[in-house]
Amino acid sequence: RPHNLTINLYLTSSTATRAKMSAPAAVRVIGAFDSPFSHRAEVALRLKGVPYELILEELHNKSELLLTSNPVHKKVPVLLHGDRAVCESLIIVEYVDETFDGPRLLPSDPYDRAMARFWARFIDDKCSKPFWLAMWTDGEAQKGFMKEIKENFALLEAQLEGKRFFGGDTIGLVDIAACGFAHWLTVCEEVSGVTLVTAKEFPRLCRWAKEYASDEKVRACLPDRAQMLAHFTANKEMFMAMAKSMLPK
Amino acid sequence: KSIDPTNSTAMAGEKGLVLLDFWVSPFGQRCRIALAEKGLPYEYVEENLMAGKSDRLLRSNPIHKKIPVLLHDGRPVNESLIILNYLDDAFPDTPSLLPSDPYQRAQARFWADYVDKKVYDCGTRLWKLKGEPHAQARADMVEILKNLDGALGDKAFFGGHAFGFVDAAFAPFTSWFHSYEKYGEFSVAEVAPKIAAWAKRCGERESVAKSLYSPDKIYEFIGVLKKMHGVE
Repeated sequence: RPHNLTINLYLTSSTATRAKMSAPAAVRVIGAFDSPFSHRAEVALRLKGVPYELILEELHNKSELLLTSNPVHKKVPVLLHGDRAVCESLIIVEYVDETFDGPRLLPSDPYDRAMARFWARFIDDKCSKPFWLAMWTDGEAQKGFMKEIKENFALLEAQLEGKRFFGGDTIGLVDIAACGFAHWLTVCEEVSGVTLVTAKEFPRLCRWAKEYASDEKVRACLPDRAQMLAHFTANKEMFMAMAKSMLPK
Repeated sequence: KSIDPTNSTAMAGEKGLVLLDFWVSPFGQRCRIALAEKGLPYEYVEENLMAGKSDRLLRSNPIHKKIPVLLHDGRPVNESLIILNYLDDAFPDTPSLLPSDPYQRAQARFWADYVDKKVYDCGTRLWKLKGEPHAQARADMVEILKNLDGALGDKAFFGGHAFGFVDAAFAPFTSWFHSYEKYGEFSVAEVAPKIAAWAKRCGERESVAKSLYSPDKIYEFIGVLKKMHGVE
């Protein structure tokens, strides 16, 4: 038997959902300057035409707001919608898709949705780490990570066959998930001196990166490239130390 | 050679639902529980992972080569939480695992993702490691259970009064509690009393009872894993 309190809270939140339609609650994103995860939250909102306030965190000095909004992971991004806090960038994208009108970020067909979720997870679970390590380690270890990330990029390259975006004609969940490879990748390559993606090896991925990064709504929430370059250059030693510490003992 | 994770041409003509699974996998059990909760008939195929991976598994999941894999009319869906989401989307006339409200859905996804990120790996560290890393694993597991205890609160299930997405995601791990307790030297009932009560409630559901193995069986299985990994 549920508590009466539980029933009331459930009813209140349903009422709040209906009320939202007529009197939209404020939307804020707690993010960080050059975090691709933070960008994912922003771009989802922009694609839906939802205005929001951006709160930039200094990640070495996290605000009270961030720590109370995401007590479990203490990470950006967090989407604040009225008094709701939604954490984890891919979960935020799905929430934005389900809550706000506008172009679909996930396909409507159940199987296509499963495929979109699969590739988004693939990017986070299989690409992020080897990409980072291929950039900032050296020697034999680095060669291994290069091989790994290139194999995974080849799978993404294949997914783009005959498509403008991973999502088809319009930007979708997988494009948003892959944003790091559209804007951050060349900055990392420039600072580290490691070339990972060439137009010769990955023609579709290169074309996609340009298409994604030049979209008007995407561009509005991508960090300034010159600023990122300066920031990454200043932090190069730290990234290399961090990558070294991530290697198996 | 292009990898097509849908591999629809390879397996066209097969109708209905097939689950490629491994008896003790908590990730596979989630799918069994979800299918039972939805009353969906399916063919269960045991992959003997100890003897290597079948052609069917490798064709269905060429990228990760892992179970569980759900085949629906020959088309594969991989990753247990994606499978659960898919079952909700593809079979809208069956009881929903996810709630209908977008914020509740986001909460459910968050906690299922938390279980995925934390529980299995921490449990592995508990039985695998010694000394200081073991003590860390113990502390981590207690924190994980406390967090889940807080998320459950006074609700009967994570989904509220109905068994839902997070319940299906986490229920398989209840048969591992006994092992975590033995290896971690703590009591779930003490550190996370609401979770302990919830575990009992889950065990009373037919879908869960039929999918899970006994805590003793899990403890025995961990013994096998330890031998395989050369752990004392």
